[in-house]
Amino acid sequence: MKPLEIAKDIYWVGAIDWNIRDFHGYSTYQGTTYNAFLIVDEKITLIDAVKEEFTNDMFSRISQVVDPSKIDIVISNHTEMDHSGGLPKVMHRLSKDTPLYCSNNGMKNLKAHFHQEWNFQPVKSGDELSLGKRTLSFLETRMLHWPDSMFTYLPSDKILFSSDAFGQHYASLERFDDEVGEMIMPHAAKYYANILLPFSQLVTKLVDQVTEMGLEIDMICPDHGILWRKDPGKIIQAYAEWAKQTPKKKAVVVYDTMWHSTEKMADAMVEAFKDLGIEARVMHIRSCHRSEIMTEVMDAGAVVVGSPTINNNMFPTVADFLTYMKGLKPKNKVGGAFGSYGWSGEAAKQVNAELEAIGFELPNDPLRVQYIPDGDSLQACYALGEQIGQTLLKKVE
Amino acid sequence: MDRWVCTVCGYVYDPADGDPDNGVAAGTAWEDVPDDWECPVCGASKDDFEKE
Repeated sequence: MKPLEIAKDIYWVGAIDWNIRDFHGYSTYQGTTYNAFLIVDEKITLIDAVKEEFTNDMFSRISQVVDPSKIDIVISNHTEMDHSGGLPKVMHRLSKDTPLYCSNNGMKNLKAHFHQEWNFQPVKSGDELSLGKRTLSFLETRMLHWPDSMFTYLPSDKILFSSDAFGQHYASLERFDDEVGEMIMPHAAKYYANILLPFSQLVTKLVDQVTEMGLEIDMICPDHGILWRKDPGKIIQAYAEWAKQTPKKKAVVVYDTMWHSTEKMADAMVEAFKDLGIEARVMHIRSCHRSEIMTEVMDAGAVVVGSPTINNNMFPTVADFLTYMKGLKPKNKVGGAFGSYGWSGEAAKQVNAELEAIGFELPNDPLRVQYIPDGDSLQACYALGEQIGQTLLKKVE
Repeated sequence: MDRWVCTVCGYVYDPADGDPDNGVAAGTAWEDVPDDWECPVCGASKDDFEKE
């Protein structure tokens, strides 16, 4: 397995995971990569490791540049196991006093993961580390997206090693944005929607901070997916926009259904959005993965959720989606709840209460239809869509 | 003494524990935590906390 020299004496030595399809509950239908980087200077430095089972791939790439046992410095930007899982094998090959640089939170996390007394060297924002000809600097990015997360910046080469920020789950032989083109942006958006969205407030702060610091960046190297070298400003700008959570003239109708009744309600509602000129999507939860739905929810101004009632409760898959969405803290949404039922009909109210707890603006009461919707019921669904749509239009126009 | 929750990451400041790693001794009431103290998990400022 070959390394790739991404700049003079700086190598990508990561791993390609073609086969992963479920990344802790995030659908990765195109796999992913675990990026790691080797800087060859007077001190040979490894930035991040890979997922444990890919450690030999990383060693194989490193070996074509240097003997892995010659690594002088290890840096861990992020302690999540897809980037730290290989560390025990790396540290095992090196002498006991090899320094491992990470944030203070990183040190705590690595100890809690691997229970090893490595030579931890905790760093703070602004700390520098000389490798010989080059000097690295560190920038803590707590909660982007774990308490330990940090960036490592290489001013001489204008490269930002950004840990999980700006990443995408996308396995490919291409390593750079200019090799894959625009198709990478939806993958980056999906990553933001499912990983970084709850921390949008911190993303805004970070973008402002990076702008204020005047960091010159020719290349951003995230820990997943392709590297940004053609126009690194573009992904930073995209993050600044996503972080605002500006509601778009777009509605997503998310539902599950048992005997197609809640489905009919969803279909009637979406007609209203279309007639109001609102871009709309209908997403059946058992046909669309929760992480796909969240990607659509991210920029939608309206999110309407439907559930049939089963044994006095909302349908389990709807509870799954609502729990997932709640954790990702979407902001500035207009919403609504609906659902068909047989005799008790609790689901729509339960969904409504969940949406309220997330902070959605709910202009209407939940809409319930007993058994199969007739023409009048479908008209009521259309009317609900219309009212939610009009509330959204007032908000965005 | 009241506990305060970080609205950004969910960290709870418990006066009984303080934040000794960052210079706030156990037993320090929220009002006495320095204004420039930051959430030890996410770096949010005191303004980002709400009473539990």
